[in-house]
Amino acid sequence: MSDLKHLPLESLHEEAGARFGAFAGWRMPLTYPAGVMKEHLQTREEAGLFDISHMQLFAVEGLGAAAFLSRACPLDAAALEPGKSKYTVLLNEKAGIIDDLIVTRLGPDRFMVVANAGNAAKDEAHFRAIAQGFDVEIEALDRVFLALQGPDAESVLLGTGLYLGDLTFMTATEPRENWFAARSGYTGEDGFEIALPPEDARSFAERILADERAMWIGLAARDSLRLEAGLCLHGQDLDENTDPASAAILWAIPKALRENGGFVGAEALRGILAEGPRHVRVGLKPDGRQPVRAGAVLTNEQGEAVGRVTSGGFGPSVGHPIAMGYVTPGYREPGTTLTAEVRGNRVPLTVHPLPFTPHRYRKG
Amino acid sequence: MSRTYFTPDHEWIRVEGGTATVGITDYAQEQLGDLVFVELPEAGKALKKGDAAVVVESVKAASDVYAPADGEVTEANQALSSDPALVNSAPMGDGWLWKMTLSDESQLEGLMDEAAYKATIA
Repeated sequence: MSDLKHLPLESLHEEAGARFGAFAGWRMPLTYPAGVMKEHLQTREEAGLFDISHMQLFAVEGLGAAAFLSRACPLDAAALEPGKSKYTVLLNEKAGIIDDLIVTRLGPDRFMVVANAGNAAKDEAHFRAIAQGFDVEIEALDRVFLALQGPDAESVLLGTGLYLGDLTFMTATEPRENWFAARSGYTGEDGFEIALPPEDARSFAERILADERAMWIGLAARDSLRLEAGLCLHGQDLDENTDPASAAILWAIPKALRENGGFVGAEALRGILAEGPRHVRVGLKPDGRQPVRAGAVLTNEQGEAVGRVTSGGFGPSVGHPIAMGYVTPGYREPGTTLTAEVRGNRVPLTVHPLPFTPHRYRKG
Repeated sequence: MSRTYFTPDHEWIRVEGGTATVGITDYAQEQLGDLVFVELPEAGKALKKGDAAVVVESVKAASDVYAPADGEVTEANQALSSDPALVNSAPMGDGWLWKMTLSDESQLEGLMDEAAYKATIA
C-alpha cells in the first residue's frame, strides 16, 4: 500500500470522510459517508463531483501530430475539427485493445489525449515508440482532473464562475491557462471533465461543493454508473485479447478506416471483420436479486459454456442486478436466456440491450 | 436474559434460552456499504464454527459471514430477501441474518464481549 500514488486533493477527500482503496496504483476514494447507493442516485438526480486525477492526460503537439495519432489510433485525426473529442482505442498488431482513450483536437497541431490510469505508462511507451517517425512531442501532464456529472452540472459550474454552456457532448475548450474542459464523462449523464493545475484545484473543488446540489462521489458509484450506462472498463471489459469488433465499439472507427486505414492493428482488424468476431460484448440482466459478477461463466440450455461475465454488480437507478459480458455471436440477441453459476446457485440471465439507463448527453 | 458475543470477523451472536441469533456488526455493515442481496441458509443446515454461512453482497462485492459456533440453522431472516438494506439500517436488530441451535455453548467462551470487541475496532 505504501507504493500507492496519492491524489493532490487527498486531504480534501479525507475531510469529506472518504473511505479509500487501491485502484490502478492510486489511493482512491471508494465511497463517502453517504454511501454508494446515495452517491449513485445523487449523480443521476443533481450533480456528482469525481476526482479522476488518476487518469493521465497527454499533450500531443507538432506538425506531425495528426498523422501520428492516425497511425497510433484508428482515428482520422486530420479530419477532427478543433474543439471536438473522439472516443478511440490504442491497438496492438493483433488489433487487441491496449487502452481506450479520448482524443481532443485543441488546434491545428495540438491534441489532448486522456488515458486510463492503469495503462498510462504502457500507453506512453507505445506512443513514444510510434512517434519515432513523426514530428511530434508527447508530454504527460501533471493535472488535477475532476468530473462533474449530472443534470445540474452546467449550472453548478456557472455558480463557480465557469461558463461551459456553449459546449455540447464530446466538445472541449481551454477556459483558462493550462485548463482543459470537455463535455464528456463516464456516467451516461450530461457533465464535464475538467483538468486544471494542482494549485488551482482545491479552491475550484471547494467552490463546486459549496453548491448544495453537488457532492463528492467515489469510485464505487463511478463503477455502478458506468455499468448502467453500458460503458466499458479497460482491464475488465476490454483488454489486449479483445478487439474492437468483439467489444462492440466499432462505431468508434470510421468505416473508411476499417477498410483502408493505416493504423497499428488495421490488418488484423480487417481479418477479424472478414471472419466475424468469435465473441461479442452484450448487456446481461440477472433474473431476481442476486448479482452476477466478473468471472462468472455463462452457459446455454445444454449446459455448454458460451460466454463469461466481465463486469457485474447492482444498478441503483434500475433497481436490479446488471452485468456485461462476452458471448458467442449466436447468443447475442436481446432476450436470449443464459445461466451463470454463482457459488453453486444457477442464476438465469437475459441478454439485455445496452445501456441499462438511457444516456442523457447534451447533444448539439 | 440474553447475552451477546462478538467475533474478530465482525459477527455478533445473541444467545437466549438455548437458541442463538447471528448477524454482522455495525462496523461490518459500514465497511461493506449498501447491501443489495443476502444469500440466506436453509433451515436445517448444519454449521461448523468458521463455515461461510451467509453471503452478503454490496453494490461492489460479495463477502462471507461465518458461523460463530457449531449448530443447526433453525430460521433465516426472510425479510432480507426483499429488503437487504435492513442489515445496514439495523444490523443488530431487524437486520439479523439467521437463528441457530448451539451444539457446544463452550465455544462462545472464546468470543469477545461488546467492550472487548469495540476495543478492537477503535
